[in-house]
Amino acid sequence: MFDLFTSMPEQAATWSADVDWLNDLITNLSVFFTVTLTGAMIYLGVKYRKKSEDQEVAYITHNAMLETVWTVVPTIICAVMFVYGIISYKEMRTPPSSAIEINVDAYSWRWDFTYPGGKKSTNTLVVPLGQPIRLIMTSHDVIHSFFIPAMRVKEDVYQGNYSYLWFEPIKLGEFHIFCAEYCGLQHSAMIGKVKVVTQEEYEDYLVDRKAGDAPQLSPAEAGKVLYTEKTCNTCHSLDGSQTLGPSFKGLFASKERKLADGTVVPIDENYIRESILQPQAKMVEGFSPIMPAFEGQLSEEDIANLIAYLKTL
Amino acid sequence: MSAYAATDDHDHNYINWEKGFWSWWMSIDHKRIGLMYLGTMLMFFAIGGFFALLVRIELFTPGETIMGAADYNTAFTLHGVVMIFLFIVPGIPATLGNFLLPLMIGAKDVAFPRLNRLSYWLYVLSGGVAVLAIVFRLDTGWTFYAPYSVQNSTAVVAATTAAFLGGFASILTGVNFLVTIHNMRAPGMHWGRLPLFVWTLYATAILQVVATPVIGITLLLLILENVFGLGVFDPDLGGDPVLFEHMFWFYSHPVVYIMILPAMGIVSEIIPVFSRKPIFGYRAIVYASVGIAAISFLVWGHHMFVAGMANLTRYIFSFLTFFVAVPTAVKVFNWISTLYKGSVTWDSPMLYALSFVFLFLIAGCTGIHLATLSTDAHYHDTYFVVAHFHYTIQGGAVIGLLGGLHFWFSKMFGRMYNEKLAKVGWLFLFIGFNGAFLPMFILGMEGMPRRYFDYPVEFTTLHQMATIGAFVNGLGYLFVFGNLGYAVFRGKKAGTNPYESLSLEWQTPSPPAHDNWETIPIVTDWTYGYGKPEDDESHAGH
Ligand code: HEC
Ligand SMILES: [Cu+2]
Ligand SMILES: [Cu+2]
Repeated sequence: MFDLFTSMPEQAATWSADVDWLNDLITNLSVFFTVTLTGAMIYLGVKYRKKSEDQEVAYITHNAMLETVWTVVPTIICAVMFVYGIISYKEMRTPPSSAIEINVDAYSWRWDFTYPGGKKSTNTLVVPLGQPIRLIMTSHDVIHSFFIPAMRVKEDVYQGNYSYLWFEPIKLGEFHIFCAEYCGLQHSAMIGKVKVVTQEEYEDYLVDRKAGDAPQLSPAEAGKVLYTEKTCNTCHSLDGSQTLGPSFKGLFASKERKLADGTVVPIDENYIRESILQPQAKMVEGFSPIMPAFEGQLSEEDIANLIAYLKTL
Repeated sequence: MSAYAATDDHDHNYINWEKGFWSWWMSIDHKRIGLMYLGTMLMFFAIGGFFALLVRIELFTPGETIMGAADYNTAFTLHGVVMIFLFIVPGIPATLGNFLLPLMIGAKDVAFPRLNRLSYWLYVLSGGVAVLAIVFRLDTGWTFYAPYSVQNSTAVVAATTAAFLGGFASILTGVNFLVTIHNMRAPGMHWGRLPLFVWTLYATAILQVVATPVIGITLLLLILENVFGLGVFDPDLGGDPVLFEHMFWFYSHPVVYIMILPAMGIVSEIIPVFSRKPIFGYRAIVYASVGIAAISFLVWGHHMFVAGMANLTRYIFSFLTFFVAVPTAVKVFNWISTLYKGSVTWDSPMLYALSFVFLFLIAGCTGIHLATLSTDAHYHDTYFVVAHFHYTIQGGAVIGLLGGLHFWFSKMFGRMYNEKLAKVGWLFLFIGFNGAFLPMFILGMEGMPRRYFDYPVEFTTLHQMATIGAFVNGLGYLFVFGNLGYAVFRGKKAGTNPYESLSLEWQTPSPPAHDNWETIPIVTDWTYGYGKPEDDESHAGH
C-alpha cells in the first residue's frame, strides 16, 4: 500500500506486515479526510469571504438528508476498522501450543529471561528464527511494560500475576526491547535487545555454559524436586487417581476447570499460580478446602518451576 | 430579539465597581470569579510551560543535555500535573464559562454565587498545596500509577491532595452550572434556543459532577495507602495495581471531554458570527455533545489495552471507543458546512476556530490508530500517544480557549487588542505547535517510548525538530499573551458588540455592569438567526 506517511520499524514478526497494512489504511484515510475537509473549509471560507457590506447570505439551518449521510458513513468506516483491528489482534492473542515458553522477570531496571532448559540471561533475549515464542512475564516490583517495536508487541508486566505475549520472528538480527511503562529513575535505561538467531545457534546458546559451572536443572526438573519437597504429592497424584486433591495427570491438556461455584475457568499459568498461593480463591468442584495456602513460602522462581513441571504431566 | 434593558451607565462596570484586592477576593460576582480563575490559571500555564521547555531542552540530545534522569522525571511529571490539574481541568468552564454563562442565558449570576467563590478558593488552595509537590519533587508522572506512587510518599500526598481539592472545585462549578442552566434561563430562553456554548457547558457539568468523585475516592485511597499502608493498590500490601488504573481512567477519560467539549462550544459560537450564518445542524451538535459526554463514560479501558485485561474486555472497549469518533465527525461536518454561502471574515477568533477544526481532525484521526487493537499494541505508551493527546488538549482545548479569549476579550475588558499582532501570534502558535508535535507521531511510529530521559541515537533528529517547534510554540504564547495583556490596560476602547453577534451576552455593555441586567431580558428567538428572512416563523434551532 501507499505508505508515504508511515515509518514503522523493521517487520520482524509474522504479523508485522499485517499490522502495518492496517496502520497504513488508517493513516491514508486520515490524511485523505484531513486534507479534503480542511481543503473544503479553506475553499468555502475563501469563496464566501465577505466582499461587501450587504453580502447576500443563505439562511440554511440544517439538512436532514446530508446529516444522516455523514453520520452513517463514519459509523460504517469505524465498524470496518474495528473488525479489521479485531481480526489481526486475535492472532496476536492466541499463541500456538507449540510455542517455546520463556519466563520474563522484570526488575527495576532490568529484564531477566529463563529459557526452557534453565539457561538464564539478562536484557538480551535470544530466540530462534521461525519458531513461535511465548513469554510468561511477571514483575518483582512496580509496573513495567515489555515492548518490542519490530515485533509490534507490547504488554504491561505486574507484580503478583503473569501477563503473556507471543510472536514468531521471521528476520535474523537484533531488535530493541523497551520498557514502555514509566518505572522510575532508570526507566529509559531499562532497554535490551531481542537477538533472533538460527535454530542451531539457539541450541548452542542454550547449552553454552562456562566450564566449571554447576550442572543446571531445567525449570521443570527443579519443579519436580519442589513437588515432593513441598509435599504436594501427599494430596495430588500423577497417575489420574483421585486422592485428597485432583490429579495432575494431563492438567494443562484439559484446558478448562469447572469450579465449585459452577463457573468454568481456563487453566493457564495465572490460574495455577493462584491455586498454589491461595487455593481457596477458586475451589475445584468436588473437593474440600484442605489445601494449605503457599503464599509467602515459595519464591517467584519456585512458582515458575512448579508450573513448568505441572505442564510436563 | 427583544428590548434588552442593560445598564447603560458606562462608568460603572463590574471591574471598577469596587476596588482593591479584598473586593476581588471576596467577590461573588461570576464575572470577577471567572477573571480571577483566568489569571491564576494562566500563571500555572506559564509554570507548566516552563517545565515543558525544560523537558524539550533535555531531549535535544540523547543522554544528559542539561539535567540528570531524576530531574528530567520531575520535570515531565510537574509539566503534566500542573497543566492537567491546575490549568486545563478548571479550563474553559471556570474562566469563560463563569464569565459568560449567566450573560448568555440572561441571568444576574450563577445559581449559587457563594459556592462559586468557594470553588475558586479551593482551586487556589489546591494550587498552594501543589507547590509542595514541586518542592518535594514529584516524579510519578501525572498518572500516579501504583505501586510506584506508593513509594514516593511526601510528594505524592501533596500532589494528590492538590488534585483532590481541585476536584472539589470542579464539582462545585459543575453543580452550579447544572442548576443555573436548569433554573435561571431568562423568559423565552428555552432549550431549543440555548447557545451551543451553554449546551457544551451543560454536558461538561454532567461529567464534572459524575466523574470527579471517582478520582476523589481514588486519590483519597492512594493518600491513605501512602500514609497508613492501606493495601488497596500495592501488591506488596495485598492490593491490585490494575484496580488503580481502572479507577484512575474512569475519571481521566471523561476529563478529556471536560477539557474539549467547551472548546467545541466556543467554536460553535465563533463560526456562525464570522460567517453571518446560523450554525448548521444545531440539534445535531446538541445531540453530539450530550452523546459524547455519555459515551465518554464507557471507554476508559482504551487506556489499558495492554494492561493484562481479558481479550473480550479489550474488544468491547475498542468497539465503544470507535463510537466516540462518530459524533465528533458530525460536529466537524457541521462547522465546515456553516461557511457555505456565508459572508466570512477571517478575524483572529475565526483563525483560532478554523485551526481548531484542522487540529482536531488530526487528533481525532490518530485516535483511530489508538482505538484499533492491533495498532494500539504498537503505539501504546509511545510518542504517538503524546502527540495525539497534545493535538486534542493543546490543539483542541487551548486553541479553543484562545479563540474564546480573543472573541470575548472586548466584552470582558471593554477594550480591543491589536488585530494584526493577534494574527501574527496565531501564526507563531500554529507553526510552532505543529512543528513540535507532528514529529512526535513519527517518533511514536518508530517505537520511541514516552517518558524517556535517554533514547537511542536514531531518534535524535526528530527530537530536535520537536524541540525547535516547542520553542516557536512558546514564543507564540508570549506574543499572544503580550498582545492581550497590553490591551487589558491600553487597548482601544471597544463598542458593545463589535462583531454584531445576536447572542445575549453581546447586548450588555462592555464591560458589563456589576449585576449584568437592570431588568431580565425576554428572549423571542434563537441565538443563530443570522440572515433570517422576515417571513421565517421558526424561532428555535433545528
Ligand atoms: C493438604 C492437601 C494438599 C496439599 C498438601 C496440596 N494440595 Fe493442591 N489441592 C488440594 C485440594 C483439596 C485441591 C482442590 C480444591 C481447591 O481447589 O483448593 C487442590 C487444588 C490444587 C490445584 C488446582 C488443580 C486443578 O486441577 O484445578 C493446584 C494447581 C494445586 N492444588 C497445586 C498444589 C501444589 C503445587 C502443591 C504443593 C506446593 C499442593 N497443591 C499441595 C489439596 C492439597
Ligand atoms: Cu519502565
Ligand atoms: Cu481516553
